[in-house]
Amino acid sequence: MFKLIRNWLDERFGWDELMAPLRHKKVPLHKFSAWYFLGGITLFLFGIQVVTGILLLLYYRPSANEAFESVQYVTTRVQFGWLIRSIHSWSANLMIFTAFAHMFSVAFLRAYRKPRELTWVSGMLLLFLVLGFGFSGYLLPWNTLAFFATKVGTEITGQVPLIGRHMLVFLRGGEEVTGATLTRFFGFHVALLPGITTALLLLHIALIQRFGMSAPPSVEAAWAADPTKKREMSFFPNFLLRELMAWYIALGVLGALAAISPWGLGAKADPFAVAPAGIKPEWYFLFMFQTLKMIPAKVWVIDGEVLGVLIFGLAGLLWLLLPFFDREGRRGARWALGATIFATAYVVAMTVYGHVAK
Amino acid sequence: MPDPGPVQPSRRHFAQWILGGGFLASVVSFLYPVLRYLVPPMLPDLGGDEVVAARAGELKANTFKIFRFGSRAGILVHTGQGEYRAMSATCTHLSCTVQYRGDLGQIWCACHNGMYDLNGRNISGPPPRPLEAYQVHTRGEEIVVSRKREA
Repeated sequence: MFKLIRNWLDERFGWDELMAPLRHKKVPLHKFSAWYFLGGITLFLFGIQVVTGILLLLYYRPSANEAFESVQYVTTRVQFGWLIRSIHSWSANLMIFTAFAHMFSVAFLRAYRKPRELTWVSGMLLLFLVLGFGFSGYLLPWNTLAFFATKVGTEITGQVPLIGRHMLVFLRGGEEVTGATLTRFFGFHVALLPGITTALLLLHIALIQRFGMSAPPSVEAAWAADPTKKREMSFFPNFLLRELMAWYIALGVLGALAAISPWGLGAKADPFAVAPAGIKPEWYFLFMFQTLKMIPAKVWVIDGEVLGVLIFGLAGLLWLLLPFFDREGRRGARWALGATIFATAYVVAMTVYGHVAK
Repeated sequence: MPDPGPVQPSRRHFAQWILGGGFLASVVSFLYPVLRYLVPPMLPDLGGDEVVAARAGELKANTFKIFRFGSRAGILVHTGQGEYRAMSATCTHLSCTVQYRGDLGQIWCACHNGMYDLNGRNISGPPPRPLEAYQVHTRGEEIVVSRKREA
């Protein structure tokens, strides 16, 4: 039966020819090979987000009067609604975590080197988009924490010199965070961001297919010195089956987390209530939040917030262009490794500090 | 790989069966909550069995009014003879909301030209069943519509 369908497709579209690159693709085997799974797991979690997101759309209502109630309805009335919503929230957090881990592993293994510079750049843009998903999706239940997080987050955007104010008004759909902001964020979250992300994701994957998997420089050097040591695995089916197993485990972890620790909803947002004490952004924004808190209100003549936003903007840009600094030769490599170690240590330390700090 | 011998294939089949079966069973367990999620929860019909449809004097003779009865629409007709009649306003053909035609003295559905008499009986056009008739009584200034109790 399968053979019949396959022959039918092959006769018309040259199926075997189309699938040939998958067959020829090899995955290098070395002591760091496990890190190759992270990108795939992130992709899988994105798929989970798409599916559970569509399911949530069946009941969600994007307006200030109804958003909170509709999420409440999903979690209390709809069968398994609590599970679907919980999986969406947990998967979002895990996806951001695996995306960060994927980025740092690629940086440490220096997989972004020529010819893969654009793979890195497209991946970084995808990470920014994922953070955008996190930020916009966080507001949608329209609860108190989300309301104030959005207020603070958009206010920080407003600190960008020259265009900040316009960006703030664009994001909020007005001067204040209101129902108009909710409708806007809903549009970003379910239409704009998914559209851009899908296009970039296809590019990212196409580039990976084009260049194949990168082996880290040390492994490459060892293999060049002694070609008999070179070890590889076929992508299809060997690596793919292992990847599917990793996905299956990820799904198990996700289901367990969602069932054991269902995501809460909090209280409905009230624009005229006071901000709750100890309010913090989600953990993936914590390192930036903590840095901004530590910068004094006035540094020389510049406002502390403005300085912080400028520093993060510049650091983000440099990080995006990391492959272009890591040129052939030992100095570039050392510089890139130093920057990677510093960035990892800074983000981890500040996140932990932000979590512990009052 | 060495020749597996005659015993191996059945063992392998068994392992494949267990693994494949377990995998399929787990997939079913993932899909089951999704399928249940797709079914919208049944909402209790709020509003009870009785509703104030209008106030006395609100409707002139030979006119009608659509009122809320739970989550559905009802129609209250003030007949030419000064009587009140009430029934479900949802056409039994394809669920359009019906109206009262003063010129015909009948209930009319604009969608496909269905006709009912003032007792809700389908008398011409496509409607397959009568409209559910309600009881009307007055309570002071209020015209109260209630579902007919099963005798």
